[in-house]
Amino acid sequence: MSSPVLEVKGLRTSFQTDDGEVTVVNHIDFQVNSGEVLGIVGESGCGKSVTSLSVMGLVPSPAGKVEGDILFKGENLTSVSEKRMREIRGNEIAMIFQEPMTSLNPVFTIGSQLIEALQIHKKWPKKKAWAHAIDMLKMVGLPRAEELMKDFPHQLSGGMRQRVMIAMAMICSPKLLIADEPTTALDVTIQAQILELMKKLNNETDTAIMMITHDLGVVAEMCQRVVVMYAGKVVEEADVKTIFTNPKHPYTVGLIQSVPDMREKKDRLYSIPGNVPKPGSVKEGCQFAPRCAHAYERCLSETPSLDTLEGGQKVRCWLYEDQKGVDIVGRTIS
Amino acid sequence: MAEPLVKVENLKKHFPIRGGVFGKTVGEVKAVDGVSFTIQKGETLGLVGESGCGKSTTGRMLLRLLEPSDGKVYFEGQDVTKLSPNEMRKMRREMQMVFQDPFASLNPRHTVEKILEEPLIVHGVKDSKERKKRVKELLEVVGLSSYHAKRYPHQFSGGQRQRIGIARALAVNPKLIIADEPVSALDVSIQSQVLNLLQDLQEEFGLTYLFIAHDLGVVRHISDRVGVMYLGRIVELSDSEQLYDNPLHPYTQALLSAVPVPDVEVTKERIILKGDVPSPSNPPKGCAFHTRCPQAMDVCAAERPVFKEAEKGHYVACHLY
Repeated sequence: MSSPVLEVKGLRTSFQTDDGEVTVVNHIDFQVNSGEVLGIVGESGCGKSVTSLSVMGLVPSPAGKVEGDILFKGENLTSVSEKRMREIRGNEIAMIFQEPMTSLNPVFTIGSQLIEALQIHKKWPKKKAWAHAIDMLKMVGLPRAEELMKDFPHQLSGGMRQRVMIAMAMICSPKLLIADEPTTALDVTIQAQILELMKKLNNETDTAIMMITHDLGVVAEMCQRVVVMYAGKVVEEADVKTIFTNPKHPYTVGLIQSVPDMREKKDRLYSIPGNVPKPGSVKEGCQFAPRCAHAYERCLSETPSLDTLEGGQKVRCWLYEDQKGVDIVGRTIS
Repeated sequence: MAEPLVKVENLKKHFPIRGGVFGKTVGEVKAVDGVSFTIQKGETLGLVGESGCGKSTTGRMLLRLLEPSDGKVYFEGQDVTKLSPNEMRKMRREMQMVFQDPFASLNPRHTVEKILEEPLIVHGVKDSKERKKRVKELLEVVGLSSYHAKRYPHQFSGGQRQRIGIARALAVNPKLIIADEPVSALDVSIQSQVLNLLQDLQEEFGLTYLFIAHDLGVVRHISDRVGVMYLGRIVELSDSEQLYDNPLHPYTQALLSAVPVPDVEVTKERIILKGDVPSPSNPPKGCAFHTRCPQAMDVCAAERPVFKEAEKGHYVACHLY
């Protein structure tokens, strides 16, 4: 197994609100190995975006508080200075945001935004940076790259802007790329182009990708390993094949069954009853227990821990500790 | 075949582009450019397509929330486009709409009770007690409780708000509901709840749906027939089974192949389209899709293909057939 680029240990991010402190990300652990694509899946409000902001050091202070360890190549990002963080951000860890419309500056040309990172981080002269930026635009498959450098963001379509964002993120050859819902705002045919491009970049460079998404289709397509989050906690972690063929946590099982399948028509969709709890509203017991069909007394009073099962699959559920033998889908566990 | 509930003929919407000092019309955006289809009573017709293809505009024109530039819409044999505003208001008792954004489509300063009462007042239910009773019924029908009536929209989650939107549409017992992306703002687990609700209501009240969405999985799940739109035109229309198992139009084929499937064991042969959707203000001549079509021929650039029946009940607008 390759070495981890990023190790997150006991990360806890909380925000100070009028109603007191709200913990949005609650003691999560995961790691991203070099060159791999890790998927983080969950519904809105589960803390996946806050996790990525915590890694980037972009949680607004003093309202937000980040605790725990975020080790990037052995360096703990929670304790480095802002100056050092600036050197890492955009250089060694880069990020692609969901909205290609709002994450480019409308009053600067594409070119000046692209070369900024090179001039700051690599101290390259403008000419060299300009030439490299054109190469990057070509690499992400944009036509007439030279002219595009002088264009403004509003002159580009959504798919083109997202390609520019990717080029901008990749321009310093980062070790880790955080992609926060990179294709959610795009149409399916454009999404297919962007996913193909990200796969190609991941194959050609050794950049690891942390892919944050709610779309299980995108996960199946792109990722090697998957972390499933629910209400600020990791509920399951496994390689992508295991997640889809042998999901263990009742939430993961429900989530996969809720997606309408394009290939066959079912009479009725499976649906998880109830709503996603507000961050911080479930105080004790398993976060998912109020919506879980398999919940029993222990689930309501004690919080399960993330246990490692056979084959490296991790799951946070009492069922696998208490009822050895049969799992929730009725399969036998050895 | 029985008389269809809705019959749309050659419907068009051209938005003018104004420019110059005097606001002269300098061009046109052909948002919808000649769309025809029928919806049978009790069925669900799905309309899919990418953003800007005119699917929402089509839905709005059926209700005349947007005035059509040309074409006809028959509802139970009556031409809706000819009605006066007053007659149209009465007609909307039969056809209602569910909107995409449950956060923007409910008045934040009204209680749920007031929101649900309003269509009843407009359509002449004078007795206030009767209205209150109906509001309670409606809330229960969509899976909420009667005590929710006194609350304001911000006190509800996205899925619950969408249920209120559906209850509002049901208030006047319509025959047709036009659902414009009703689940795209919702999370997966909530989305399936709302889809199931829509199906239950259809069975219970014999509703007819025009279901507009961009998610192909959702559309397959809910629709009996599906129409695929591209640049203001329907390029393919067929039974949903037929369309998904045997797509004929190259655009439909590409669209279906582009959707990532949540299954790791399938490796799909993917057709990746080059470039973007052209601007509807200056659509390509001939077949609108020929600039991106992997199977384009010379005739495609010159002549607009006719929308014809290629197989039984399977309509397609393409020179290949």
